[in-house]
Amino acid sequence: MRQPRVIVVGGGLAGLMATIRVAEAGVPVELFSIVPVKRSHSVCAQGGINAAKNTKGEGDSTAKHFDDTVYGGDFLANQPPVKAMCEAAPAIIDLLDRMGVMFNRTAEGFLDYRRFGGTLYHRTAFAGATTGQQILYALDEQVRRFEAEGKVRKYEGWTFLSAVLDGAGVNRGICAMDLKTMEVRTFPADAAIFCTGGIGAIFARSTNSVVCTGSPQSALFQQGVHYANGEFIQVHPTAIPGEDKLRLMSESARGEGGRVWVPKRPGDTRPPLQIPADERFYFLEEWYPKYGNLVPRDIATRAIHKVVFEMKLGIGGEPAVYLDLTHIPRETLDRKLEGILEIYEKFLGVDPRVQPMKVFPGMHYTMGGIWVDDENQATNVPGIYAAGECEYQYHGANRLGANSLVSCIWGGMVAGPAAVRYARGLDKGCESVDAGVFESERKRQEELNQQLLRQEGSENPITIWKEMGAWMTEHVTVMRYNKNLERADAKLRELLERYRKINLSDRTRWSNQTLNFTRELYNMLVLARVITLGALARNESRGAHYKPEFPERDDNHWLRTTRAIWENGGVCFQYDPVDTSLIPPRARRYDVAK
Amino acid sequence: MADKKKVIVRVKRQAGPQERPRWEEFELVWRPYMNVIICLRDIAERPVTRAGKPTTPVAYESNCLEEVCGSCVMLINGKARMACSALVDSLAQPIRLEPLTKFPVVRDLAVDRSGMFESLKRVKAWVPIDGTYNLGEGPRMSPELQAKGYPLSRCISCGACLEVCPQVNEKNNFIGAAIISQVRLFNLHPTGAMHARERLEAVMGPGGVADCANAQNCVKICPKDIPLTESIAEVNRQAIKQALLGWLFG
Repeated sequence: MRQPRVIVVGGGLAGLMATIRVAEAGVPVELFSIVPVKRSHSVCAQGGINAAKNTKGEGDSTAKHFDDTVYGGDFLANQPPVKAMCEAAPAIIDLLDRMGVMFNRTAEGFLDYRRFGGTLYHRTAFAGATTGQQILYALDEQVRRFEAEGKVRKYEGWTFLSAVLDGAGVNRGICAMDLKTMEVRTFPADAAIFCTGGIGAIFARSTNSVVCTGSPQSALFQQGVHYANGEFIQVHPTAIPGEDKLRLMSESARGEGGRVWVPKRPGDTRPPLQIPADERFYFLEEWYPKYGNLVPRDIATRAIHKVVFEMKLGIGGEPAVYLDLTHIPRETLDRKLEGILEIYEKFLGVDPRVQPMKVFPGMHYTMGGIWVDDENQATNVPGIYAAGECEYQYHGANRLGANSLVSCIWGGMVAGPAAVRYARGLDKGCESVDAGVFESERKRQEELNQQLLRQEGSENPITIWKEMGAWMTEHVTVMRYNKNLERADAKLRELLERYRKINLSDRTRWSNQTLNFTRELYNMLVLARVITLGALARNESRGAHYKPEFPERDDNHWLRTTRAIWENGGVCFQYDPVDTSLIPPRARRYDVAK
Repeated sequence: MADKKKVIVRVKRQAGPQERPRWEEFELVWRPYMNVIICLRDIAERPVTRAGKPTTPVAYESNCLEEVCGSCVMLINGKARMACSALVDSLAQPIRLEPLTKFPVVRDLAVDRSGMFESLKRVKAWVPIDGTYNLGEGPRMSPELQAKGYPLSRCISCGACLEVCPQVNEKNNFIGAAIISQVRLFNLHPTGAMHARERLEAVMGPGGVADCANAQNCVKICPKDIPLTESIAEVNRQAIKQALLGWLFG
């Protein structure tokens, strides 16, 4: 029997778990990552990972986790895969525990759980406030073990450029570029699993890491892979504003009792601790008495926008609200939240144990992503699989906090074996494909490099990127108006025109970061259009997608999955029904228990 | 501090591993909460030196920008630290940016630290599980043991501790504090401890734990405040014990 070949692109939680599962099945893996996998964006996940273990006698169950996730996502997710994920979550926690993740413990030595947004149960396992880092390291270590045994070969410092598709539209490998030597090369494979993460860079400033550009997703989209629900963008309510990055202040701060407030008097300039309790407006607790500070992120973000922009109650007239931990004992804070407190302290020079933090919403996560099927994480192109944030299927119109880590790991667990099954089932593997198929893709990609290196003009890629980010943030995040969405798309088309006049300030062929960034920029612009046009078309409000002109959810017309398709160099949409066979859709509200 | 409205940055440039290094100076516009990453982005957007000469954007590594991925370490005013958390207002100007000196330069401020990951392989820095199948919960662990392990597990493999260690030099191949601390981490985990012997063997030879000369620079530079000298002492104790037992009963 022939030995199949599987490639994994991306070394965050989903990619590493997929790699482990493929290697465990006895199939060698080639793992590609822009950064050393230990430096992937998953390290930024802070608060925890959900699993209904019911360790606090609250009567929690995987069925309740499932219901919270579907309800939190405003019923846009196909339900069977969400159910499977929630049912798998407790065993995932056990597995991570066996791998040595340093989860916080109870006095009896069991894993501790805390509360998170959009649920009334203690369902979130955590390792301080650096849970993503700790879990990523555990998976990284397991992959390193396979690497030492010769079962995994890593290509760190390589970037994905395109898939290699044969004449029948079947995936036969990938084309990638070594970021040091700038060598463009193709790698044959029977199946490729994409775990390429978020798209924050499209908004220029977000909570995402530098590598989260969405460029691979966009490249695949332009090769015929469908992209679903792109318009659903999560804006996290509590981030520290910054010019280079919006640094996240985890929902776990509120899970551990943190309170959000503003002074009741507009423009009150007193230091926060001198403002007495009755002159503070704890707006989340007042408006949402049942969930309080732990309403889902879309709800909290819109509430902050309302308080700041409509009621003009931002701190000192600025776009900021307080996230207050000062009433919580220092020992508890250090044991459970140290990682994030350290970030606030290092970047702002203020100790959040003593002073309330100033925060504001920031772009955080994409619910939308590569379209995959219900059972196998398979895309519409044979041989291409996707898992993790880059695919669309688990979070509907809004993701609940601490569900992302579980969806990444579960997606990887499913995609790995599915890709192996597919690869083993092929009559003819990638080795039977004509060498010309690979060579022509390599040439096409090399020519794109040459063109950029040759091109003369007056535009700078960073300037175009910043303009794109500013427009996307202003018009395609929290409040969406059709007129502005149309203007944003016109702007994106203008930027795509200007892109052709980019003048690379670096034309060398060694470790040329400008060339790589400029290539990513094109893909970002295309994906920005998918997001913007998807939002323009969807005339309703659902989860994170909010149009003041269409403030209600409209199940009659829009209980549909958006599926973006690239046709003749343009973005087209088709709409699929959502599988709501397990939980009938009902109104979503958080002022009372559901 | 110099004129608040301007930021002067001097960057040690090197076009490739074999090229000669040279210095370039840039003048940037100051903004509140500016960090070294923002300085480098400003240069990339307008790559012109202070003398008005066009140049290339500076090559450097970065990713999370919140000091948890370990990418953006460099020498900033002579000190090994993360560029993202290096705030301009706390730095004397001109701000000097140089690549780490204990790792091969790739280009400009980007260096090759893959050797650290190779070392992690050498010491088997993992818990050897039987498989990803559902085999039930992991071992029970006291909050005290977790509190000991968690800080060690926050190592971001930035390499600052190797950079400042006098024992890491051209003549000596000391494996470094970060790696030894990982040996301690996996040896204290209930399952990891079953393979403590192999890990200790890996740090007992040349370049191993015994090569530490107790300069204690590592623990002072670590951006994550990991008790590295404690880790070295503990692993050294374990290694000596293992060697003695081997000698007595081997």
